[in-house]
Amino acid sequence: MAEAILTLEGVHTHIGPYHILQGVSFGIARGELTMLLGRNGAGKTTTLRTIMGLWQASSGRITFDGREITASATPDIARSGIAYVPESMGIFTGLTVRENIVLAARSGPVDPARLDWILGLFPALRRFWDLPAGNLSGGQKQMLAIARAIAEPRRLLLVDEPTKGLAPVMIRSMIEAFQALKAAGETILLVEQNFHAASVLGDRAVVIDDGRVAHQGPMSELVADTDLQQRLLGLSMDTHQ
Amino acid sequence: MSSSVADTKPGDLPRTPRDWVPLLLVPALMVLAAPLFGNVSSWVTLTTAGLAMGMMIFLMASGLTLVFGLMDVINFGHGVFISLGAYATLLVLGPLAAWGEADSLVLNLSLLGLCILAAMAVTAAVGMLFERVIVRPVYGSHLKQILVTVGGLIVAEQFIHAIWGASPITVALPQTLRGAFVFGDVAIERYRVIAVVIGLAVFGLMHLVLNRTRIGLLIRAGVENAEMVESLGYRIRRLFVSVFVAGSALAGLGGVMWAFYRQTLTAGMGMDVMVLVFIVIIIGGLGSIGGCFVGSLLIALTANYVGFLAPKLALVSNILVMALVLIWRPQGLFPVNRQ
Ligand SMILES: Nc1ncnc2c1ncn2[C@@H]1O[C@H](COP(=O)(O)OP(=O)(O)O)[C@@H](O)[C@H]1O
Ligand SMILES: [Mg+2]
Repeated sequence: MAEAILTLEGVHTHIGPYHILQGVSFGIARGELTMLLGRNGAGKTTTLRTIMGLWQASSGRITFDGREITASATPDIARSGIAYVPESMGIFTGLTVRENIVLAARSGPVDPARLDWILGLFPALRRFWDLPAGNLSGGQKQMLAIARAIAEPRRLLLVDEPTKGLAPVMIRSMIEAFQALKAAGETILLVEQNFHAASVLGDRAVVIDDGRVAHQGPMSELVADTDLQQRLLGLSMDTHQ
Repeated sequence: MSSSVADTKPGDLPRTPRDWVPLLLVPALMVLAAPLFGNVSSWVTLTTAGLAMGMMIFLMASGLTLVFGLMDVINFGHGVFISLGAYATLLVLGPLAAWGEADSLVLNLSLLGLCILAAMAVTAAVGMLFERVIVRPVYGSHLKQILVTVGGLIVAEQFIHAIWGASPITVALPQTLRGAFVFGDVAIERYRVIAVVIGLAVFGLMHLVLNRTRIGLLIRAGVENAEMVESLGYRIRRLFVSVFVAGSALAGLGGVMWAFYRQTLTAGMGMDVMVLVFIVIIIGGLGSIGGCFVGSLLIALTANYVGFLAPKLALVSNILVMALVLIWRPQGLFPVNRQ
């Protein structure tokens, strides 16, 4: 594996009395797209929230870009260069599409060339530019959530289930958008339930099961090994589109 | 701040229609109430009284609704800032009593302006302390917030007693602000006009800040989803402290206006209006400034109309308005989508 930009070492997370993450360890290489896979309730969202400091790790170490961030506050973690797209998308519905993006660009006005690139990835946003984001469809909200995450260059994107609930045509354009992000050299940790999307996009795969890492390796390895898929993801063939 | 983004302004889709209906309630109430009064002059008197009072309630309530919206903090001690703002006028009225007696609009308005400045400075400072000492330790627990902020309220009222004494204090309106503008048999009290002008100005200013500045966008975003604002790299606590302090200063401003309206100071005067303030916040929609504004006017107009027509129902009428609004819109006039 290439140089790791983010590493988790033996991370445990408790939510109230529940012991959710039970020693999660993996690394993410710079410039790669790492898939974080696993059944429903395996702990994928909890892993992303723990990285963002939205849940505190109760033990273990999280290092980003050479600095430990385990106990850092969420805004500081974001400022160190991590962008986060939560499963619920976190769109500000009362703000316009433009205002959502303006807020995501912390250091001032969005670079016009970059904005053009982003709106090229998600053309629908251009049409709804000055409308309240609450008016967008689910797929358009997802696009806005990702557009917001890349409004300024960041060093790592954490994206939680961006294709959840989307129509097939939307899923296809979402996959294309991530391919473009990969081509642009972005480092991405992507949670995905759609195995087709995962197999197209992933460089590496980390599979979580019951709060532990059950498997990690190249995505191609997991794609080739249907037994492993069955065992870890509970996949049946019909989820392979 | 957003001009470079706006450059790429695309398309010409229609804007979504604004939600006008709640805004129409205020004029509708005014028009519908008119026939109930035998003559124009009492309707005008009560309407201006209602509008003036509504503006003052808005000033007192606006900060509180944002404080709740942003951090889910219930502050029962907010009334302190109203009383404190009212008493802070004494700091100015004492040394500058002559300005109030002078028959000069300029001097009189300057005196009012200085009272407002003093009150806002005092309440902002106390607000900062209150947030630090009383509110911060109880983030996340509503029960503790209620208990502790009520405690803070009691302590602050005792401070007011200790400094200014326990008996009511009379304050006089500056000379030229007394009396009324008379048009035929219709009289409009001058001070009410001033209260309306100040209320409208503050509302306009808040509207601008919330819609046109980055900090305003952050406040609105934070009311919806504080966690996401933090995930974007902004420190919500800092934002909250600024909103708390600004809200305290606005309550202080409301307190000054209220003091000259009643022309009497009591330590409990803030607490007395808090029932109305909470009703206004609830019917407006928690975290909504527009709702707070419309709600304040509705409640104050109703209180004045009913207080005149059927004094015994005055108290009930506000509860009734709240119930009607909530039946129509359970989340308030302008529901804020909070996560
Ligand atoms: N707020 C919460 N309170 C209690 N348990 C939670 C909470 N959030 C998640 N969990 C539990 O943690 C486990 C992992 O959840 P999550 O990380 O959301 O799974 P995934 O994203 O992989 O579907 C699940 O068993 C879930 O029920
Ligand atoms: Mg999840």
